[in-house]
Amino acid sequence: MNVEAKPPAEGILAGPDSAPAPWQRDVFDVLKAAKVRQMSFVPDAGHSRLIAMFEADPEVRTTVLSTEEEGVALAAGAWLGGERSVLLMQSSGVGNCINMLSLMETCRFPFLTLVTMRGEWAEFNPWQVPMSRATAPVFEAIGVKVMRVEHADDAAETVEAAAALAFEGEQRLAVLFSQRMLGRKKWVAK
Amino acid sequence: MSATTMKLERREVVRELMKDRGDLVVIAGLGSPGYDLFAAGDHHGNFYLWGAMGGAAMIGLGLAFAQRNRPVLVLTGDGEQLMGLGSLATVAAQKPENLSIVVLDNGHYAETGMQKSHTGLGIDLHRMAEAAGFKAREVVAMQEVAALRREIAQATGGPRFATIRISAEDTPRALSERDGVFQKTRFRTYLGIAMP
Repeated sequence: MNVEAKPPAEGILAGPDSAPAPWQRDVFDVLKAAKVRQMSFVPDAGHSRLIAMFEADPEVRTTVLSTEEEGVALAAGAWLGGERSVLLMQSSGVGNCINMLSLMETCRFPFLTLVTMRGEWAEFNPWQVPMSRATAPVFEAIGVKVMRVEHADDAAETVEAAAALAFEGEQRLAVLFSQRMLGRKKWVAK
Repeated sequence: MSATTMKLERREVVRELMKDRGDLVVIAGLGSPGYDLFAAGDHHGNFYLWGAMGGAAMIGLGLAFAQRNRPVLVLTGDGEQLMGLGSLATVAAQKPENLSIVVLDNGHYAETGMQKSHTGLGIDLHRMAEAAGFKAREVVAMQEVAALRREIAQATGGPRFATIRISAEDTPRALSERDGVFQKTRFRTYLGIAMP
């Protein structure tokens, strides 16, 4: 059975070949204005336009990760070398990061991650649900402040505030994009 | 005894690697590699991990991206690198020319009671790294360590990977600074990075 995930063709998430939604463009602009020079990611459909914008930007080094905690360690190294980094992942990857986040708190490294939520709204896959429920509590337990974005209109302002708090306030920040805002995942049979 | 059975002494190896280090900056994986690096002489361009197991190579990658004209060395142990095996693929895919990863391979978890590691059970890390795309080799003699030292001091020609076969003898600990905030500030100051 060949089943392939395709982002929604309309609504808040544009199709794979079309332009980013306005809020995604704004989030990208905010991260560029915050002087982010490295971006790492484990792919997620909800982040696909943001990933594409970064990959098209010659100023930003993008790194595809084999597991999310690599992006935490990468951010530490970037800061040691004088650069700012952002990690893009989905909620199922947050659990992978937990021990590595000790590094960020112990050394007071700035840390900014944008997390697309799965398993919390119109989710068809039960395997996404437990980590979705655990995402905010485990971040908070390991010392990462959580901000949630429920509406597209708030996305850029929230990411801007989180980036300032992370890179200027030397804090650890996770911005969670709600699944309701991102839209229901659509599956297309080939 | 053949060269491969006469294993190298870890402190001697790291002293040799750090000779005439120039612009080299070093991330040390937790445990014995950090002790070895500290014992070779503390330096403001050293960052000693006391945790973050499996993350040393990725810290090195982020640093290598940010400091492209400077050679970066990740000096770690077999156990630490085994925990971050996926990062060999991630680093190799990025092809950072100024990054070298050197694994001090004693085939054991020295910090926790000398339990055999995967390399002690026959896994070849340098061959995994080579398959990922590193210029990789296994080092078994001191004259090869000297050659490796000259290579890792270059900010071009990487990414390189080497395992150095060292003996599993117990070595006295040499304890570096454990305060991560202090180390971070010292390191960034050494690189001339202004505060945010």
